[in-house]
Amino acid sequence: MRHIIAVLLENEAGALSRVAGLFSARGYNIESLTVAPTDDPTLSRMTLVTNGNEEIVEQIKKQLNKLIDTVKVFDLTEGPHIEREMMMIKVRAAGENREELKRLTDIFRAKIIDVTDTSYVVELTGASKKLDAFIDAVPAGLIVEVVRSGPTGIARGDKGLTL
Amino acid sequence: MDMNGVDLSGAEIVVQALIDEGVEYVFGYPGGAVLHMYDALFKQDQVKHILVRHEQAAAHAADGYARATGRCGVCLVTSGPGATNAVTGIATAYMDSIPMVCISGQVPTPVIGSDAFQEVDTVGITRPCVKHNFLVKDVRDLATTLRKAFYIAMTGRPGPVVVDIPKDVTDPNIKIPYHYPREIQMRSYQPTEKGHLGQIKRAVELMLQAKRPVLYTGGGVVLGEAAAQLTELARLTGFPLTSTLMGLGAYPMTDPQFIGMLGMHGTYEANMAMHETDVLIAIGARFDDRVTGKIEHFCPHAKIVHVDVDPSSISKNVRVDVPIVGQVASVLTDMLGLWKEQAPVGTGRPVADWWAKIEEWRRVDCLHYDRHSDKIKPQFAVETLYQVTKGDLYLTSDVGQHQMFAAQFYPFDKPRRWINSGGLGTMGFGLPAAMGVQLAFPQAQVACISGEASILMCIQEMATCQQYKLPIKVVLLNNGYMGMVRQWQEFFYESRYSNSYVDALPDFVKLAESFGHVGMRVERPADLAAAMQEAFAMKDRFVFLDVVVDPTENVYPMIAAGKGQHEMHLPPSLSDRELA
Repeated sequence: MRHIIAVLLENEAGALSRVAGLFSARGYNIESLTVAPTDDPTLSRMTLVTNGNEEIVEQIKKQLNKLIDTVKVFDLTEGPHIEREMMMIKVRAAGENREELKRLTDIFRAKIIDVTDTSYVVELTGASKKLDAFIDAVPAGLIVEVVRSGPTGIARGDKGLTL
Repeated sequence: MDMNGVDLSGAEIVVQALIDEGVEYVFGYPGGAVLHMYDALFKQDQVKHILVRHEQAAAHAADGYARATGRCGVCLVTSGPGATNAVTGIATAYMDSIPMVCISGQVPTPVIGSDAFQEVDTVGITRPCVKHNFLVKDVRDLATTLRKAFYIAMTGRPGPVVVDIPKDVTDPNIKIPYHYPREIQMRSYQPTEKGHLGQIKRAVELMLQAKRPVLYTGGGVVLGEAAAQLTELARLTGFPLTSTLMGLGAYPMTDPQFIGMLGMHGTYEANMAMHETDVLIAIGARFDDRVTGKIEHFCPHAKIVHVDVDPSSISKNVRVDVPIVGQVASVLTDMLGLWKEQAPVGTGRPVADWWAKIEEWRRVDCLHYDRHSDKIKPQFAVETLYQVTKGDLYLTSDVGQHQMFAAQFYPFDKPRRWINSGGLGTMGFGLPAAMGVQLAFPQAQVACISGEASILMCIQEMATCQQYKLPIKVVLLNNGYMGMVRQWQEFFYESRYSNSYVDALPDFVKLAESFGHVGMRVERPADLAAAMQEAFAMKDRFVFLDVVVDPTENVYPMIAAGKGQHEMHLPPSLSDRELA
């Protein structure tokens, strides 16, 4: 099963490589990993997406907790949560495709953020599956480049993952 | 003298921090990046520096010191090759959870990343084999970082911590006021002390109902200073007790309740008891593959209780029923309290039927060997060592057959007496580790049991032993082979002895003598006891005892890799039967 795990880390040099190294050393799957400082500049928040059975995911969480720089580990998939990923996709937009891609952008509530005579850059935010769906919907051969941020997430409700 | 508030350079801060930590010995080797620190060491006499002959030995010696004393080992190496040489020793300590602080020099901060002379990314290289590591880029962070390093190394599940210090951070001309924090609070690191009482209660309930209980104990009991609590628990419950390689000595091995080491070369009775047990109480042990054999066959009938300070050890390899996270000593104290409240008093040795079964297995005599051979059997050599030293010995070991024979035939009655590389299996560990032990206990008998292959991996340390007059006794079981490799090749590769013959061996007697030591060679069983007596009588000399043993002896019992615990090969001298 797919798990989205949020980790609060000390904002120290090398903290990211400790997490990345842990996954490669122990052979865990890692689908994506994003990290940035939080409102508290001494803390970074990392969101990572991994796959595995319950035992492996349990072990992943324990190993993450074991890292000395880790302050908190929280499995978003254990409760109601919101997942968002951002994508910028560059597409060939000439001739009849131009109108079709504009329509598609509107349907997905995406935005065109760069235009040339022959191309668009479309920005789209949503759950990863929605981004997948947009990519699938673009007619074959029109995609020039895809940039995805990797998912981030937050739990629903009034409680926060803070210190 | 309280140095707080005094202006010190980075180099002086490092040395003063070691003094404030109560460090007796630093094992190290100088080089460009650590010269400022070596100069600061030179100007004081509180911390003694032991000059090894290879950085691997610095780490092993600090490790041996830590294993024997329970205190933090400290080593000091230079940048680049100094650090990479130490990595094997750091990884060895990591795998066995040994508290160690390794200070490494680094090239000056302005040239980090420029492939400077003797530059290597020490923090990057050591990251997977340390509990934690630091690169200190500002002298103002130095004291606090060192305090953190010792705190992290010693608390929770112990382990090595590397502190990498660029040369400019130790500049003797830049001085700042010294402040060494007494207490460290880290929001990201708060090891668990006490176990959950509800879980301990569940464990005791299971233990009270057990018909075929086994206490399975590991290195965590030694590291957690819980030997007294474990012994009381075993006595009170009357349960049979087996130990991993790392836990030997935490419970007296000469006691009848001890049923031997378990695992790949464990006793028949221990492994059969594991196979048949209905309640397994794992204490400070981590279900290593050398213990479990094939996981599918591991303790098929058992409910499992697991006490461990490291949550990630629990249900890592084997799913357990009652996990208890906490310091072993604290958990066992609580467990003893609950047991005393609930257990029937004065029932004598409980689970009598179970013991009858175990005694039956014990009568198989799985450690049997030919005592009438005209060659020295390695088992006989270890038994003789036990008799000559009367069990009062710190014994370090290298890795291979001799290590297993020592574990099987030298019964340790106290913890911290059996010092070997269990997790990483590092050949070359024994001699430098013995140096750390001998320095910690100058009056104690210290021996290193080794093989002619292992000993050559750190043989240069005989010079260190000469410089510091360390009266270690090396007991070399010389079979002319990498014995364990040869054994596997005999069993699993149709006796194709590919590169396991140690050809062109040195004359170890002359070699020892050339370092200024005493060398002795023994070839006949009848001469062995006298030779060992003579060696141990030389209380102020390092003696190298080259014992020529039967080259074809194998370690039994043996569970082949991928087999279950009950599928042991027994010694052929018993009979050819394979109990399965």
